Amino acid sequence: MNDGSPHELSAAYALDALDGDEREAYETHLAGCERCREDVASFRATASALAYDVDLPPLPETLEHRIIAAARAEHPNVVPLRQRLAIPAAALGAVAAVAAIAIGIWAIHLSNSLDHQKAIRKDQKAVIDVLSDCSTTPTQGSTGAVCVAPTEKAVLIADSLPAASPGKTYEAWVITGKRVQPAGLFRGGAGRKYVLLTKPVRAPAKVAVTLEKRGGVSAPTTAILLQAEVKPS
Amino acid sequence: MSDRGEGGVVSLRGRRSERSQTTARELAHLSDEAVVALVARSDEHALAELYHRFGRLAYGLAFRILRDDALAQDAVQEAFLGVWRAAGRFTAERAKPSTWLLTLVHRRAVDLVRREERRRTEPLQPETEPVVGEAADEAELATQRQTIREALRRLPAEQREAIELAYYGGYTQSELAERLGEPLGTIKSRMFTGLARLREDLGADARVGVGPA
Repeated sequence: MNDGSPHELSAAYALDALDGDEREAYETHLAGCERCREDVASFRATASALAYDVDLPPLPETLEHRIIAAARAEHPNVVPLRQRLAIPAAALGAVAAVAAIAIGIWAIHLSNSLDHQKAIRKDQKAVIDVLSDCSTTPTQGSTGAVCVAPTEKAVLIADSLPAASPGKTYEAWVITGKRVQPAGLFRGGAGRKYVLLTKPVRAPAKVAVTLEKRGGVSAPTTAILLQAEVKPS
Repeated sequence: MSDRGEGGVVSLRGRRSERSQTTARELAHLSDEAVVALVARSDEHALAELYHRFGRLAYGLAFRILRDDALAQDAVQEAFLGVWRAAGRFTAERAKPSTWLLTLVHRRAVDLVRREERRRTEPLQPETEPVVGEAADEAELATQRQTIREALRRLPAEQREAIELAYYGGYTQSELAERLGEPLGTIKSRMFTGLARLREDLGADARVGVGPA
């Protein structure tokens, strides 16, 4: 236990009870010690439970505003993942759009199903999951992007495609070699649309959109309106 | 009806103005992890939602350590900005979002208290007016508080003392050794054994939800 080895410092570290130099030395040690990292992770969880045993004074009224303003003033957070939507992450549109997914402004075709609500929530989550870790290919044609997660699940982001006229629908396609698969229907319209593709996108592949008759078709019958070539990363 | 029907489609137009008048609580049904994923996409509403969930706790913790409103606000702001900047690197396997945030708050508050050379009184609860909040949240917090309080009470006194002085008082282990007149090794040992015991104790209690998620 108390053998002076750095291992036992995990508790002091998790309690922030090391001074600057000790902390630095321990972090160097941590980098090469998986067991210590596990220890620290679980001790951190325990230590942060201690936060629940404090009195809760009233929150200063302006603090939330201050935090949000400071966050806004910063450049958009740097996300060192593959993802990176082609759309500027800071663009409020995107921000509001992703939030909108979460709040359930959402439509999905599920003919007379009692599971409608449940499926909607599931799809929202699926879109958020994809968007939180995906790599993006901008589309040619209309503005938009395709974002493909490592799981090959993909979301098509379409900006301002004119609303499909009654009797028509936009249809997404996943094209792999000569294989063309229908991958979802959507209506378009002003603003940004997020379409969770119903087929996986395995690069190299192309994602395309055509305008088809209502209900969709099994193979495209009209010209491609927008497309993205997804290349292997 | 125009937003309904086909494909997994989200329409935004026409909702924006509505959104701007609503609050981040629209995200209230999401898990903490999903909210952090949205923060990683620079979603201010998600950051606000995180604040609604943990702001009071964060501020309460910072205030307890710092005993100063302005400094506590600084610590909380820094912590939330830390989340804002690094949410993309957050991995749910390692920690819960609440743990991550509270860890940032704690670290920041402790750094500030050391820099300011303030605190240095007994880590007693500062006198504060209890606040009336949303009933469900209140009950939840009260339960968690009760749980951790009981677990602390079950620790041997000297382990509890070392942990409380370190966590709520911001003392380093060397300062503790000096203050308590014990060898450094003894202090390390008390913290380690005490925290391990607490981990075991709380791990069995899902209400506080510590331990592996």
